[in-house]
Amino acid sequence: MTTLTGARALLKALELEGVEVIFGIPGGASMPIYDPLVDESPIRHILCRHEQGAGHAAEGYAWATGRPGVCMATSGPGGTNLVTPLADAKMDSVPIVAITGQVPTPVVGNDAFQEADITGITMPITKHNFLVKDPAEIVRTVREAFHIATTGRPGPVLIDLPKDVLLAETEWSWPERVSLPGYRPTTKGNQRQVVEAVKMILASERPVLYVGGGVIKANASEELYRLATLGRLPVVTTLMARGAFPDSHELCLGMPGMHGSYTAVTAMQRADLLVALGARFDDRVTGKLAAFAPHARVIHVDIDPAEIGKNRAADVPIVGDCRDVIAKMVAELERRQGEAGPPDRSAWLAQLREWQQRFPFRYDQRPDGPLKPQYAVERLRALADDDTIVVAGVGQHQMYASQFWRFEKPRHWINSGGLGTMGFAVPAALGAKVGRPDARVVAIDGDGCFQMTAQELATSTTEKIPFVCAILNNGYLGMVRQWQELFFDQRYSGVYLDPNVPDYVKLAEAYGAVGIRVERPDEVDAAIEKAYSITDRSVVIDFRIDPSEGVFPMVPAGASNDDIILGPEAIRPTSDPEEAPIA
Amino acid sequence: MTNGEKLHTISALVEDKPGVLTRVAGLFAARGFNIDSLAVGPTETPGLSRMTIVVNVETKPLEQVTKQLNKLINVIKILEHDPGTSVERELMLVKVRAAGEDRQRILEIASVFRVNVVDVTHHTITLEAAGKPEKLEALLELVADFGIVELSRTGRIALSRGDRGIRDRVLRAARTAGGEGA
Repeated sequence: MTTLTGARALLKALELEGVEVIFGIPGGASMPIYDPLVDESPIRHILCRHEQGAGHAAEGYAWATGRPGVCMATSGPGGTNLVTPLADAKMDSVPIVAITGQVPTPVVGNDAFQEADITGITMPITKHNFLVKDPAEIVRTVREAFHIATTGRPGPVLIDLPKDVLLAETEWSWPERVSLPGYRPTTKGNQRQVVEAVKMILASERPVLYVGGGVIKANASEELYRLATLGRLPVVTTLMARGAFPDSHELCLGMPGMHGSYTAVTAMQRADLLVALGARFDDRVTGKLAAFAPHARVIHVDIDPAEIGKNRAADVPIVGDCRDVIAKMVAELERRQGEAGPPDRSAWLAQLREWQQRFPFRYDQRPDGPLKPQYAVERLRALADDDTIVVAGVGQHQMYASQFWRFEKPRHWINSGGLGTMGFAVPAALGAKVGRPDARVVAIDGDGCFQMTAQELATSTTEKIPFVCAILNNGYLGMVRQWQELFFDQRYSGVYLDPNVPDYVKLAEAYGAVGIRVERPDEVDAAIEKAYSITDRSVVIDFRIDPSEGVFPMVPAGASNDDIILGPEAIRPTSDPEEAPIA
Repeated sequence: MTNGEKLHTISALVEDKPGVLTRVAGLFAARGFNIDSLAVGPTETPGLSRMTIVVNVETKPLEQVTKQLNKLINVIKILEHDPGTSVERELMLVKVRAAGEDRQRILEIASVFRVNVVDVTHHTITLEAAGKPEKLEALLELVADFGIVELSRTGRIALSRGDRGIRDRVLRAARTAGGEGA
């Protein structure tokens, strides 16, 4: 029998779980874990500058690799600073494990220095959490935490470890199996339901595959590709699923939702069948729920039974892992279609094609005019290879990135979807680069977002984790400004940031990164080429973009998807009937 | 009960671990589910507790309640009780003002309802009543006229009739959700 401290048992267990890297910041209560990191554990510790950065970095790592990300903080404020990333990971089903130090068990509950009830605080924003009071329980808890985080519907798990538990000696023992009687996710789809689904697909005239983040989580892109191409089924990929199906494919209609493409939004409205695959009928996709896809029957595939029927009743519910279920659907479709191939839906496909041609995403970049954010995103994409990972924060820049980046592969798009966490991009890009050091990582950020977590550029420099951060700088909290423009009579309130404060080029240089400013359209390509050529440090590009530009199309919050607004001219007075909003 | 249609009784078999009650109560609060009553106690199996929860489903469907509860790692099994095939009971202690001739009338009511008198003072009588929630409501209505000094109720507990226990039953929501197993 080997005896070792709780802290050493923890690190050894993490190592056996395959953990290569921990993003963290030490403090009083977590110090016992840091001592063996000096020379005993092979795990790399990346010292972040804020625990929120460590949490988002763990998320970025998990998004990019599919493996669980690990972050670590001390008790009290260390733990509370992890609240935002944990909530973010819960909403977007990102597998991360957070480890927090806690004050010693004899003083728990005594308002000790740096004490916070972090398991209590994080109960609603974790998939599960643990407070370990016995060092002999540490290893089993780590096993359970990784099992819970990575299986079923993935999500964040927190382990809170009091300092005396970390310091106490315990006997090493590695449980071969995890036994959780209350946790047995259904992963295999019911074959009878699959048959019903396939029959419904074959009988449909206007089907749409409504693909959500579950397809990416399940690594089911290949199966999805086979299903779509075999059945000639058009695909929309939600904000969480960009890249699950290649944008360049003729069956791809792009992103649905509040700022989705006209074709993706309208295809769902006119569809007679929605095949929801790992998607949850989120309000940003459905618009006014009662008016969403009024003619469609629904096949709903999800690993989380609680998502099925939560917002929209399903005609064929299938609980299971998307990869398993879609593979079964492919096999059944193949069998039933036989040599004949899919039914003739040429009228539907022609209609979709016509919408795509008539209503593409559009913007107007004049050579001598102000720089448009869409142009910057298009050039960032055009000069990048397909293996480039793009990360976004939340707001207008996120929508421009999702609309104008051409995604070809899964796990190449990372953003904060459900929670909408400003400041996500810089630390998530850092984590993604750690997980995929061979790939170029580009954060497309807003100036508002960037200022919330820019301190992780210091981590990037000291830990040599280089990425490109393209700030679409309009000097505003742009999405809020856009809503004030459209819905609050252009009364701008609390949204002006000033594009010159801070000086982003100088700030980048202060952090040891390279700063480039771009003010005119003709400077864009040279700046991006320079940024992409630098691989030994991070680069910040300060794109000074037109602050009056807005994100379109747009379905106003609470409106029906039928009331999609194609562009700003549809709201401002226009004499051109062609530009009027589509009713 | 006037709003009986809106109230459903569910039993949850849970691991007896710290924080389980908080998780269940927190889930109800966060998801906007309304708890009418909640009773917790040990079971025939060491390490497992049983919660009986009366849920008001006016705002959210019961299916969401059971599905979300099932997602809690420490929740092992959920059973939705059908009033026709379940036994539901509650225990109540009620201290009633009992001055002068009221005293005799209260004792008569106690006798008719077959409830125990557990404490008597110069001014009050305390009754201990167990039974179906409807019976307790009826008793309360009668003694309310005398003035209730204080009232304590355990909340409902329930078991299904018949041979089988909660661990043998399949959750209705899981059966209809289209997955294999449950």
